[in-house]
Amino acid sequence: MASDTIIPATRNAGSTVRRSTSSRRTQVTAAYLFVLPFFIVFIAMLVIPLGYAGYLSLFKSQLIGGLSFAGLSNYVEALTDPEFLAGIGRMGVFLLVQVPIMLAVALFLALALDSGRARGSKALRLLYFVPYAVPGVVATLMWGYLYGPDFGPFAQLFHSFGLESPNFLGQQSILGSMMNIVTWEFVGYNMIIMYAALRGIPGELYEAAEIDGASQFRIAWNIKIPAIRPAIILTVIFSIIGTFQLFNEPSLLDAIAPNAVTNGFTPNFYAYNLAFVNQDVNYAAAIAFLLGIVIAIVSYVVQLQTQRGERRQRKASK
Amino acid sequence: MTTMHITSDTTNEPAPPTTPAPRKKLRPRESQRSTLLTVLLWLCALYFILPLFWLIVASTKSNADLFSTFGLWFGKTFELWNNLVSVFTVRDGLFLQWVINTVLYAGVSAVIASILATAAGYAFAKYQFPGDKLLFSIILGAIMIPLTALALPTYLLFNTAGLTNTPWAVILPSLVSPFGVYLMRVYAADAISDSLIEAARVDGAGEFRIFWQVGFRLLGPGVVTVFLFALVATWNNYFLPLIMLNSSSLYPLTVGLAQQQAASAAGGGAQALFSTVITGSLVSIVPLIIAFLVLQRYWQAGLTTGGVKE
Repeated sequence: MASDTIIPATRNAGSTVRRSTSSRRTQVTAAYLFVLPFFIVFIAMLVIPLGYAGYLSLFKSQLIGGLSFAGLSNYVEALTDPEFLAGIGRMGVFLLVQVPIMLAVALFLALALDSGRARGSKALRLLYFVPYAVPGVVATLMWGYLYGPDFGPFAQLFHSFGLESPNFLGQQSILGSMMNIVTWEFVGYNMIIMYAALRGIPGELYEAAEIDGASQFRIAWNIKIPAIRPAIILTVIFSIIGTFQLFNEPSLLDAIAPNAVTNGFTPNFYAYNLAFVNQDVNYAAAIAFLLGIVIAIVSYVVQLQTQRGERRQRKASK
Repeated sequence: MTTMHITSDTTNEPAPPTTPAPRKKLRPRESQRSTLLTVLLWLCALYFILPLFWLIVASTKSNADLFSTFGLWFGKTFELWNNLVSVFTVRDGLFLQWVINTVLYAGVSAVIASILATAAGYAFAKYQFPGDKLLFSIILGAIMIPLTALALPTYLLFNTAGLTNTPWAVILPSLVSPFGVYLMRVYAADAISDSLIEAARVDGAGEFRIFWQVGFRLLGPGVVTVFLFALVATWNNYFLPLIMLNSSSLYPLTVGLAQQQAASAAGGGAQALFSTVITGSLVSIVPLIIAFLVLQRYWQAGLTTGGVKE
């Protein structure tokens, strides 16, 4: 009996063939009403501010003459502004060094936990994830103390051996120190996304390989990693967005390492300083807008590359 | 078979948190466990846990012990209680106000954000309507927009509207969760079968009743996931409240703690603040960690679906 009712039902699923026009209209209306509240807030809090930022960025305020239309001159200024470019460059280094390390560690941990070969995997998974629940502000405060020369445990260890402690908060080292904070915060989050994807791989895909005696490394490389590609791309995109938006770390470390953290240390911190310290809202809007464009371009390029890679893979498998 | 079961289940109890159930894997036998891997993974865990252990230990120390005893072990005296008292009494108990503000901002934002995202994600997954593809790709594109880049123009707009330095200035911008919509769409596509909706329609249920009584229940784990991530995003937000709020009685924990820390780092004489800032930091992270631990079955089930699909 059960099977009788199920088969036609599943065959109909997704098709709109036998619906009458009136019920179809109710459904479309209902669908619009479901998405409407979200889009009202979306337009008010995302589209309008974005448009306003674009508008502001086209003006310049001067001591004499007040606000005047300036065309793209704010953008021209930004693109030749050494502080802004240095900030973008620093984030580029961050992207090329910290993001690969963080995602590689996350992937390794996810694969290791998924293989079920370690004792206490469940506890480990939670322990890795805990830093994500720590606010960025608190993580930075905490690491600031840990790095610190006064009562940081690193300094204490070095002193107890009669050695000079390394300066984690100097001009040369502060970027590395920030990379460590961000890695600490987000390895677990990325690991969970990858782990969730790994759990979703149908077992038949690799259980046969396991029985044939293929090593875990080969299974991971040839079967598991390709299978969770979408999830990995997702973590890459999120990491790109996160990197270019860095604000908490420079802003808080500025209090304990004022000489190492410049006003334009990260583009976002620069936009903040321009707007709220220099009161140059128009230029800050141009910087923020430009930053958004940089993020969109980098994310788009990454997606394009991966799509191309996927196509090549598909061709090769044919 | 399964669909019949779900139909009868949903009428009286919420969906079990594990729907759709992740496939059971063959666990390797005990002999296949690797000691080397176990040791390596637990060493990795130290990296994530030791800083927090330091925070806990440091919260039990007096200021003098903080400077004079080794950071990763307890000091001569156990001052946790005194530190907690000073956290909650300094500046007339302002810290408690920050806790209340944080709970309020994060709670209200997360509840509304997850309802909005659930309704929209459900519609995108289960209805075809003119413009659905375009609207959804706009949402996907919006995930790329750096929210901090929006904060500045939002501040200026709110300033004109007289909304800055009110709780709304923090709550309103936090209501938009494009990623939440994406996650709910993926989740709803799997968790609710079309035949179930058709069956409810045949029974004469209206579209809203179907969403509320059938959809919302089956979406449980997904909703919890979106709620938790929205909660964390607002709870941890620093940039937005920093620029929106002036009076320290409106601050959330992040801005309050950062301000306290800046004061204690700048004022060499006011060192008594160090242990207060450290203990305050510890207090501020406890609720979120508890929320994640208590709700882990839900958000792990929710992420399983979200992470799999493109």
